Amino acid sequence: MGVRDSGLVGIETKNETGLITTRLDEIVRWGRKNSLWPLPFGTACCAIEFMGVVSSKFDISRFGAELVRFSPRQSDMILVAGTINYKLAPVLKKIYDQIAEPKYVISMGACACSGGFYDNYATVQGIDQIIPVDVFIPGCPPRPEAILHAVIKLQERIDKEPVPKRGVHRRHEVTPKFRDN
Amino acid sequence: MATKETPKHDALVAEMKQRFGAAILDVDRSFDDCTVILDKGKLHDVLAYLKNERRFNLLLDIGGVDCLELKQYRERFEVVYMLYSIADDLRLRLEVPVSELDMNVPTATDLWKSANWAEREAFEMFGFNFVGHPCLKRLLTHHEFVGHPLRKDYPLMGGQWCATTSDMTEELNEPA
Repeated sequence: MGVRDSGLVGIETKNETGLITTRLDEIVRWGRKNSLWPLPFGTACCAIEFMGVVSSKFDISRFGAELVRFSPRQSDMILVAGTINYKLAPVLKKIYDQIAEPKYVISMGACACSGGFYDNYATVQGIDQIIPVDVFIPGCPPRPEAILHAVIKLQERIDKEPVPKRGVHRRHEVTPKFRDN
Repeated sequence: MATKETPKHDALVAEMKQRFGAAILDVDRSFDDCTVILDKGKLHDVLAYLKNERRFNLLLDIGGVDCLELKQYRERFEVVYMLYSIADDLRLRLEVPVSELDMNVPTATDLWKSANWAEREAFEMFGFNFVGHPCLKRLLTHHEFVGHPLRKDYPLMGGQWCATTSDMTEELNEPA
C-alpha cells in the first residue's frame, strides 16, 4: 500500500504506530523553542521593521514565532523594539514581570540596546539596566534577517538550557537597576 | 524682499504700538518674519487683543529660550508665543523676557485651549510658572523628575530614573 493511499500524513508516514519515545526535557525544550509567542514592545521605527519580519516576505512563522500577542499573560518572549525613555522604564518592567516563566527577552535595535544616538536627559541607555536580555540585535533599524538570526540564536539557547523542576525559576539573578543619578 | 505678509505685519505693528505704547519693547522684522518683543506686564492684554480683535485664532506653540551666557539679552529667559490667524493667513511671534527672579507668567489657557499642554511643556522644560493654569504638571518627563532639562545649566545627559508609573486622573477630571 502506497503512502498516498494510506490516509497517513506527516510523521505517521514513517512510523505507522504513531508512537515516539523521547525524554521529557527534550520534548519540552522542543516545544518551547518552536513556539515562541512574541510580545512586540514597539515604541519606534524598529516596530515597523518587525511588522515586515512577521509578514509573508520574511515570515517569522518559519521559526514558530509568528503568533504575536499583545498581552504579557499569553506570550513567552518580549521583543523590545524602539527607544525606551525613563518615563516608560517602569512600564516595561511591569510588563516584563507579568510574563509567565519561562520568558525571554530580545533587545532589538540601537536604541533598546544602548540608547542609540539619544544620549540625553530622557532616554534609558540600554534596557539591560531594567530587565535581563537574552539576545541583542544591533542596527538602526536591524535588517529582517538579523531579527530571524536573533530568533535562531534564542532557539539555540533554549535548546541548551536545563528544563527546571516545577516551581523553580529559570534564572533572575539580574535585579532591576533603578539607580539614583 | 517684501512678501504678501509684509503690509499686514506693518499695519498690525503700527496698531499694536499705538495701543500698547511702551509695552512693545522692540519689533524684529528679519527674514520677512514679524517678532514683537513684549513687556510681561501687558502680555495677557496683548494676547487677548490679538485673539479677540485681530483674529489670531490658533496658538501654535509656546516655547522658551534660556539666554544664559548669551552676550545680548534682556533677561535670562524668554517665553515665545507662536500665533497664526487662519482668517488673515498671518503668523506672529511674541517674545516676552522673563527674569530668573520672577518666573510668573500669566496663563493663556483662558484664551486658547491649546495653551494647556503647551504651557505645561514650557513649565517642565524651563520652569515658568503660568499663573492661573488649571493643572500645571509635568507633561513629557515623568512625575519623579527634578529640575528643568532645557535650561542651559541642566546637565545634558542628566537622566533620572523613575521607579513607579503614574496615572492621569487629575487631567481626566479637568472640566473640558
